[in-house]
Amino acid sequence: MTRSHRLPYGGRVDRSAPLRFTFDGVEYTGLRGDTLASALLANGVLDVAPSLYGRRPRGIATAGVEEPNALVQVDGPCSEPMRLATTVELYEGLAATGLCGLGRLDPTPDETVHDKMHIHTDVLVVGAGPAGLGAALTAGRSGARVVLVDDQPEPGGSLLAGRESIDGRPALDWVADARTELATQTDTRILTRSTAIGYHDHNYLLVAEHRTDHLGPHPVPGISRRRLWHIRARRVVLATGAHERPMVFAGNDLPGVMSAAAVRAYVNRYAVLPGRRAVVLTTNDHAYATALDLVAAGAQVAALVDTRPKPPADLVDRARGAGIEVVTGSAVVGTRCGTAVPPGDGGARIAAVRIAALDAEDAISGPIREVACDLLAVSGGWSPAVHLWSQSQGTTRYEDEQAAFVPAQAAQDVVSAGSARGVLDLAGCLGDGFAAGAAAAALAGFPAAAAPPPPCSGDRPPARPRPVWIVPGETGGPADWHDHYVDLQRDATVADVQRAIRAGMRSVEHIKRYTTIGTAHDQGKASGVSATGVIARLLGARSPGDVGTTTYRGPYVPTSFALLAGRERGALFDPVRTTSVQPWHVDHGAVFENVGQWKRPRYYPRPGESMAAAVERECRAAREGVAVMDAGTLGKIDVIGPDAGEFLNRVYTNAFAKLAVGSARYGVMCRADGMVLDDGVTLRLADDHFITTTTTGNAAAVLDWLEEWLQTEWPELRVRLTSVTEQWATVAVVGPRSRGVVAALAPDLDVSNDAFPFMTARRTRLASGVEARICRISFSGELAFEINVASWYGLATWESVIRAGEPLDITPYGTETMHVLRAEKGYPIIGQDTDGTVTPQDLGMEWIVSQRKQFIGRRSFRRADTARGDRRQLVGLLPVDPAVLLPEGAQLVADAEVSPPAKALGHVTSSYRSAALGRTFALALVTGGRNRLGETVYAPLPGGVIAATITDAVLYDPKGTRRDG
Amino acid sequence: MLLIACPWCGERDELEFHYGGQAHVAHPADPEALSDGEWAEYLFVRDNPKGPFAERWSHAAGCRRWFSVVRHTVTHRILAVQSNHPTAADGTKPVTA
Repeated sequence: MTRSHRLPYGGRVDRSAPLRFTFDGVEYTGLRGDTLASALLANGVLDVAPSLYGRRPRGIATAGVEEPNALVQVDGPCSEPMRLATTVELYEGLAATGLCGLGRLDPTPDETVHDKMHIHTDVLVVGAGPAGLGAALTAGRSGARVVLVDDQPEPGGSLLAGRESIDGRPALDWVADARTELATQTDTRILTRSTAIGYHDHNYLLVAEHRTDHLGPHPVPGISRRRLWHIRARRVVLATGAHERPMVFAGNDLPGVMSAAAVRAYVNRYAVLPGRRAVVLTTNDHAYATALDLVAAGAQVAALVDTRPKPPADLVDRARGAGIEVVTGSAVVGTRCGTAVPPGDGGARIAAVRIAALDAEDAISGPIREVACDLLAVSGGWSPAVHLWSQSQGTTRYEDEQAAFVPAQAAQDVVSAGSARGVLDLAGCLGDGFAAGAAAAALAGFPAAAAPPPPCSGDRPPARPRPVWIVPGETGGPADWHDHYVDLQRDATVADVQRAIRAGMRSVEHIKRYTTIGTAHDQGKASGVSATGVIARLLGARSPGDVGTTTYRGPYVPTSFALLAGRERGALFDPVRTTSVQPWHVDHGAVFENVGQWKRPRYYPRPGESMAAAVERECRAAREGVAVMDAGTLGKIDVIGPDAGEFLNRVYTNAFAKLAVGSARYGVMCRADGMVLDDGVTLRLADDHFITTTTTGNAAAVLDWLEEWLQTEWPELRVRLTSVTEQWATVAVVGPRSRGVVAALAPDLDVSNDAFPFMTARRTRLASGVEARICRISFSGELAFEINVASWYGLATWESVIRAGEPLDITPYGTETMHVLRAEKGYPIIGQDTDGTVTPQDLGMEWIVSQRKQFIGRRSFRRADTARGDRRQLVGLLPVDPAVLLPEGAQLVADAEVSPPAKALGHVTSSYRSAALGRTFALALVTGGRNRLGETVYAPLPGGVIAATITDAVLYDPKGTRRDG
Repeated sequence: MLLIACPWCGERDELEFHYGGQAHVAHPADPEALSDGEWAEYLFVRDNPKGPFAERWSHAAGCRRWFSVVRHTVTHRILAVQSNHPTAADGTKPVTA
């Protein structure tokens, strides 16, 4: 393939490094230093993919992140959609295809590594153009820690695309010196290929660094592909530059219509001539440089069309001196499409523009003239890149002099510098950057000597632009202008905006959503302010400032989820907590379930055994023989101090102050609104020492809750709280034959019911020599012992329990069996059978609510809503067909024949098959449930209606005859 | 992400803290003496100003201490941090909002 449009000299490309690549299956050659877009242009390829809705041909329109058109999917082990050809660096073997607005998610797992770094800095400078480099230099000289981030492979910013001079030398020589100096500063870090994507509270910024993408799609050993930097900065300097705006005129979307600044970048930075016969259309001074650079590169500039009746004379003279016809007070009012020149290079592209004079009201005021061209370089003015500024909650204001929204009031410790705040000439940007860097360092505590910026040439402060927000069509009115494109990626036109306004919309936010303007991948980076201008014109507003902009949201550029996830995926997604007994569970084939971050054995299937069969076997062992469970995940909190009893008295609904040392008591705690927060057994180990247990998944929240009351309401109480969940291993030995097992384990302990009654605890030394605390606590209704040892001895103690129980066929059981056993007894699980709207009374636990003392939430039980009799109450449910299992969460209604809308009576909270009952059963919260015992309720489900009878919640051993063995 | 100056541990990321809602809402000394309306006021009604707001935070993943912060709800700028504990590090300022 020909590299027909590559200039023979110049540019930041390496002519000794040709790179082969394919686009849409066709092979081409580019150079190191190219982007995919510049390499395509060098090969005469302009149109990347048709537009999303209208299927109109669309070409590369810009040279950066603001690109609205050139979306590609980049091949690789896991291909990546929605990349921009203008930001993809070329590498050997790159293969990409054009996308018309929609990418394809590759289902292949992405094997490349993404990671994160967290750093603090005194001064963060975003953007390494003239202002950013100046800011970093002066800040770095002060000794402050400085981080300079820039999205390009090398610093320089706009200087990479220009031909200006600094200090009497080419500007890029100054850039090289600046980089060298920054590299010698010990506390300055330069991140290239790094885009600041988010500006969050308190100067917290996210920066996406592409570390290996320029080398190819494959993992590079020892280096992550991309890295997300989390940067906390004392001061931030935003030197993010400005985006050149497109203009809105008929046929402004043809391939070959390109940003004038982009044309200049392709010529100077990439040594590519995007067209041979160009027309330049501008509202401001900047495009004159593009025209002159095109001529210097050997292209013909057929006309330079300036909307201003009187552009600066020196610029006009220079252009005319270069042989360019300058047409003032005019605009391009239409384009004509042709095929590419030479033929065969691709599809449609611009062939001619139609030029006409505009009067002061922007109306066409003269004859129309057609000028042939294959490139139209457009400068609709400059919009400071205020995206990060706005994300930081800084305000913007519209500046008529510049026809731009510029930063106004800062909300954080940040300044904008250079063209990011509307300073558009090189000397101004350098001076602004030097001053901003010194000021930022000083405010961060590093006074810096103010150095004057170096002198520069080739640029000067621009004259006032003349924005023309809508170049009128040759016929009709705005409602007819269906090819005046406002947002190229969304195919949204002036006619669409007019339709939105006729539908009654006035707010820019409403019009955005109605027309979808600014909602594509580019978020209207280049076109957003143009859209505001169009809306202002159509509304008859005085200025775009009266309309405003839509909200700028992060991320600034599309960001992959793989980068956001970093290494926190798969096994590292969330910390995994296991007890000391875990190796035994794994060795014995336990099936695990997640309870919060804990891995808990759910059941222990024998080879070939189903879950239902395993759970039934485990339940039978607990009810008829002896079974053992790892209860080490239960939350445990040491409550220590002279006022510990008083503290617990205020927290729990029942009394603890007079609990005897060595005894245990079940307690329920409520929030101030009277709803159940947690439950558990508390043990008194000494006068001033309690150990309280919490629900497994609720331990941290309960500790927080206790600390809150202790510190903020009752600081006079002498109590300390310590989480000891991880310090103790707990083995529950359960069942009518458990006493013999414990006797064998603890030979010094009298385990008889008289000597060791229910809800007491004993300290003893096990036969193994391990110190243990054994409690008689039951969560199954059976005789049961909980053996607590230091976690170090958890596994050994568990194994000794298994050995001691072997003659009795001791059976390990998991959480599923635990749930069945407790549900048979009507014991609720807080968080499963309750949902934050359930009182102790709703659970049938009036007995646990003290009438004689104050506690958190007590007053709420007298509120009308908590005292009413038709609250949802916990009851048992027996399906009429004893083989049918109600699904948990099923809604319950009063009638078998139900048609929506029907009032729900309640819902199923727990549902199991019971070996002991020989049938299925469930727990449910039912409106006025305890007055409905014996009534039938219905669960309408997709497979049919399940009928069930309401019963008391306690279905097994209601008299409690089994707990003492 | 907010940067919150814990009175004991210094500046830490918001991730380490739990939010505790409006500060200086004391639990009534005698709840039983309150009408349902007054009790509901304590339970459910909180200020929601645009501007400085005194609120509570707990350094849950650090020292577990509760303290008060005055935060501007528009800019999130933290205007003051105060511990109500006598052993807090020096330099905490009184909370006024």
